[in-house]
Amino acid sequence: MTVTESASAAPVRRPAAAPAPAPARRLPSLRTVVVAAGAYLVAFVFLFPYLVMILTALRPQEELREATFLPSAFAWSNFTNFWTGGLVQNLGVTLQVAAGSTVLVLLVALPAAYYTARHDFRGRTAFLILVLITQMFQPTAMLVGIYREFYQFGLVDSVWALILVNGGFNLAFAVWILNAYFSSIPRELEEAAFIDGNGRFGALFRVTLPLAMPGVVTALIFTFIAAWNEFVVALTLTTTPANQPLTVALNSFIGQYQVDWQNLFAGSVIATIPVIILFALIERKVVGGLTAGSIK
Amino acid sequence: MQQTFARGRGMRALAPLAWIGPAVVLIGVVVVWPVVVMVQSSFLKISRFGVVQGSNGFDNYTKLFAEPDFGGVMARSLLWVVAVVAITVVLSLGLAQLFNQRFPGRRIARWALIAPWAASVLMTAIIFKWMLDPEVGLINMIRHRLGLLDALGGADADPLGSAGSAMPWLIFVAVFVSLPFTTYALLAGLSAIPSDVYEAAKMDGASRLRTYWSITLPLLRPALVVATLINVMNVFNSFPIIWAMTHGQPGYSTATSTIFMYILKGSDIGESAAMSVVNFGMVIVLTVVFLKVSKWRTEVS
Repeated sequence: MTVTESASAAPVRRPAAAPAPAPARRLPSLRTVVVAAGAYLVAFVFLFPYLVMILTALRPQEELREATFLPSAFAWSNFTNFWTGGLVQNLGVTLQVAAGSTVLVLLVALPAAYYTARHDFRGRTAFLILVLITQMFQPTAMLVGIYREFYQFGLVDSVWALILVNGGFNLAFAVWILNAYFSSIPRELEEAAFIDGNGRFGALFRVTLPLAMPGVVTALIFTFIAAWNEFVVALTLTTTPANQPLTVALNSFIGQYQVDWQNLFAGSVIATIPVIILFALIERKVVGGLTAGSIK
Repeated sequence: MQQTFARGRGMRALAPLAWIGPAVVLIGVVVVWPVVVMVQSSFLKISRFGVVQGSNGFDNYTKLFAEPDFGGVMARSLLWVVAVVAITVVLSLGLAQLFNQRFPGRRIARWALIAPWAASVLMTAIIFKWMLDPEVGLINMIRHRLGLLDALGGADADPLGSAGSAMPWLIFVAVFVSLPFTTYALLAGLSAIPSDVYEAAKMDGASRLRTYWSITLPLLRPALVVATLINVMNVFNSFPIIWAMTHGQPGYSTATSTIFMYILKGSDIGESAAMSVVNFGMVIVLTVVFLKVSKWRTEVS
């Protein structure tokens, strides 16, 4: 399966599956109404926890231990607490890790994906299998090894360690999706630009890369979100509260005797809503990148 | 390669290194080397501050296998993976069928589906923990209103307080966050099935159920296998859900092998490394068994 296939296939119209309604009547059939109602219900269930999160983030502190469904008033100050409290620092760490990993992944994956798409060389298969293994392994499984290695490097509690680990474990997705895009761009286009006097790299940068841009954007957003959401490695590799990304900082709320749920969820809203919106932009292409390696 | 070969040929053999070299180095440092260090550490005596105190032979493993909770943890890990993946796949088959139909607003409904996929699993787990709060949790309030719960605040209102009621909720949350990807993977599989196959079935007068069973499911198999495999990997290594909701407590009664490994890291790094190696072995065994059972190789290549 290629990326472009799954991208264009998602909204495909299937005349055979859906019975064509009589052209004269504009009213939807009973079946369509039932299907739509069921789908909307499912959609609501999937959004529900995040609605609860937003409502709790707006709950005044004094109403936190009251068993009411809705708060009597919205306490927007919970969000200002986020900015005045120490959590802004943690948001900063999260941004550094997410941006750093994204840049690292693009720098490393772009040449590798381009070369494997354009050239057949000794060790190509071995390299692709190595990438597939990376995708199958999770950092959680080798946490002790990661911890001991970065302890030896003296990189515990450093943002660089988190950038490296997040970069390494998200490389596979970027390689698959970019590889699929580069493979789909005809070699002749690049050759023509080369003959026109652009030089090898000129042709690459002026013709191939712009055409592969949707793939680059997908890889970029996917890596950013994955690094932004990462928890276990950061929990293991960071010890000083100020050096912890937002996920770890918010989790440490829970260990406290009295949990400030309203502040915790104000932080969660800030950590969650942007990535849900970002993800919606690349949603159609993600499945291709996640499954391409195992199918090829 | 021999020295006498032309220089150009030698250069050509090295050219791929310039392009894929950085990727190989990154994978080597971040993915491969930690595995080596992990296996190494499992045979070392290491203080909990990280100081190596010499070789430990197989003592870390003997100590691990002698832990009174070890058997329970391993059995629970297996149950956890099988239950979460099986429920996820079955529900996703239904959801994919539903979201493959044409109805107004399908785009938006599909967007809603991705929320648990895009959001951090940790955040989702924290929200469910809050909704299960014994006194003010929304789920408990609803149970109370429906008459399923006598009073708020008691032990009955604390599903996460005992293993028997906590495990189903942990599994529920794990299924909840696994459904979007699985459903999307199956939707992609469904849309790859050519429509003329269905037309032929219709001509033959096959019933809906019959068509689904003998046409859709077999053609969906590659997508199903890949989605299941990716889920097995994710669920086996899942950490944030149990960590945020129960910490593996009470005792170790809700701990899977990853949670157990993390808790051991605080007291004995060598033993924790041994647990990781066992964990790693189980992932590989599970994968091989699964691929054998599903005849992945013949199916795909």
